[in-house]
Amino acid sequence: MLKVVNLTVIRDGREILKNVNLEMHAAEIHLLLGVNGSGKTTLAQAIMGIYSYEGNIFFEGKNIDSLSVWERARLGITLAFQEPARFEGLLVKDYLMISARNKSMGNLENVIKMVGLPRSILFHEIGENLSGGERKRIELAAVILMQPKLAILDEPDSGIDMLSFKLISEVIKKMKELGTGVLLITHSEDMIDIADTATILCSGKVIASGPRDEVKKLFKYSPCPLKR
Amino acid sequence: MDEIIKKEFESLVKYYESSGGNSRALFSKDYASMVINGNRVLAKNSTRGILISTRRIKDGVSAKIVIKEGFRTKYPVHLCFGMLPREGKQRIKTKIIAGAGSDVKFVAHCIFPNAQKIEHVMDAEVFVGKDAKIEYEETHYHGKSGGVIVIPKTRAYVEEGGEYTSSFVVKSGRAGLINIDFEVHLSNRAKSTLISKIYGKEDDEIRARESIILEGDYSVGLIKTRMALKDRARSRVIGKTIGLGNYSRGHVDCTEIIMDDAYAEASPVVIAKNPRAKVTHEAAIGSVDKKQLITLMARGLSEEQAIEIIVQGLLK
Ligand SMILES: Nc1ncnc2c1ncn2[C@@H]1O[C@H](COP(=O)(O)OP(=O)(O)O)[C@@H](O)[C@H]1O
Ligand SMILES: [Mg+2]
Repeated sequence: MLKVVNLTVIRDGREILKNVNLEMHAAEIHLLLGVNGSGKTTLAQAIMGIYSYEGNIFFEGKNIDSLSVWERARLGITLAFQEPARFEGLLVKDYLMISARNKSMGNLENVIKMVGLPRSILFHEIGENLSGGERKRIELAAVILMQPKLAILDEPDSGIDMLSFKLISEVIKKMKELGTGVLLITHSEDMIDIADTATILCSGKVIASGPRDEVKKLFKYSPCPLKR
Repeated sequence: MDEIIKKEFESLVKYYESSGGNSRALFSKDYASMVINGNRVLAKNSTRGILISTRRIKDGVSAKIVIKEGFRTKYPVHLCFGMLPREGKQRIKTKIIAGAGSDVKFVAHCIFPNAQKIEHVMDAEVFVGKDAKIEYEETHYHGKSGGVIVIPKTRAYVEEGGEYTSSFVVKSGRAGLINIDFEVHLSNRAKSTLISKIYGKEDDEIRARESIILEGDYSVGLIKTRMALKDRARSRVIGKTIGLGNYSRGHVDCTEIIMDDAYAEASPVVIAKNPRAKVTHEAAIGSVDKKQLITLMARGLSEEQAIEIIVQGLLK
């Protein structure tokens, strides 16, 4: 479904990603592992069309290099930011309506429950009043409601407690069941067991890719042997 | 009602509804209300505690609204000022006198749906009695051509322990040329909040001078401005608060989004003439937040759609 070929990203004269190759299939959970600073967020945002890059990205066999962010979104790709934006003045329910395919209030309530939030939060503003954890779950809810073909989740597990961690794993498994492919970005191997396949990024390069268990072993042994 | 008035009333009510007004309130005896088209009062309803009297003046209407001492109601006073023709001038003079201890909300709509060349001058005096509370909310719809000049002027005087909140909103359609001049004087423990939310487009021009003078001890004032400007729209905003009373507190808060070739200038002015007063300000003008924009586009909204959502959020 997604194929990244020889992707290179240069920012401020620095090569952040070097000849990255990555392939994932429809409705699979692919884990993108890497220590902080290895280039995971940059790769996620390049796939979404936020950064320009050299190399090629194919989605469902189609070259999408010339497409803008929203054109990629309309093909079925979306991204949940590591640190989601806040929207002063916008209610959670109105924000979710933007992404939702099924815009019924009942559907919104179900998904809000699924990510472990109370129904009442639908009537809050997405401003300073929400905690970072709540904001991240709302983002997850927005992605689920969009029913994308590919969801790129940038560290959905960072800055949350163990309880939410379990819940988020369940949610991601559910997304897969509903037919969404998930590119799950994380810097710890805690989430690896829900993945089908995985890739390790280190200093902007792919150092391993393949079935989950093999990659897990490698990552435990040496998460990032290359220097920048 | 004679035939012409009835017709005008009906078509104004239609626009009133589409600009967010609650037309049921205009027909209910529970609500004090007044509907003016041009220089004609089409309908007017006083209640037990709120007396409205009007008189014709050159190009407009002078209205006096008196709220009885201690009168509190959950039914807001509904005001509708309209100009249905394409051209013309309307002058509205209002005097609101809120008796001690009263508590009333006003919902006003100013509607010029077909405006090509319209001038609307609003001259208001508001007297808020001791411990009284007045909330005045005014929403404008100026049509799509931009041929509107709106000059709202308000002088408000708030007595001890009283509270005056005003909001001035132009969110849809064109703004045209707006020139706001608001000034509020606060006595001891009096409070005031002045809010303006305006969306300027094409060659709209917005000028606003809003001042709160903290004369009394422990008086509190807030001037809050939210603006979005696109195309070649221009704005010049001066929010001013003067701390005179002991322990008076004033704050000026202005946030504006600018796009395209728009121009925005915000000058918060804070003056203290008493070492026990405290006056502060914050002003931020910038383009649309990049992260908000990308987030919405990653959900499939085009850039224009995303900007519209962000702007409407700011003006909410
Ligand atoms: N705007 C930028 N300009 C230049 N370098 C950047 C910029 N943003 C991030 N970087 C660098 O790119 C590298 C990868 O960052 P990032 O993709 O955020 O990594 P990760 O998500 O894996 O932690 C880091 O070394 C970081 O310092
Ligand atoms: Mg990151």
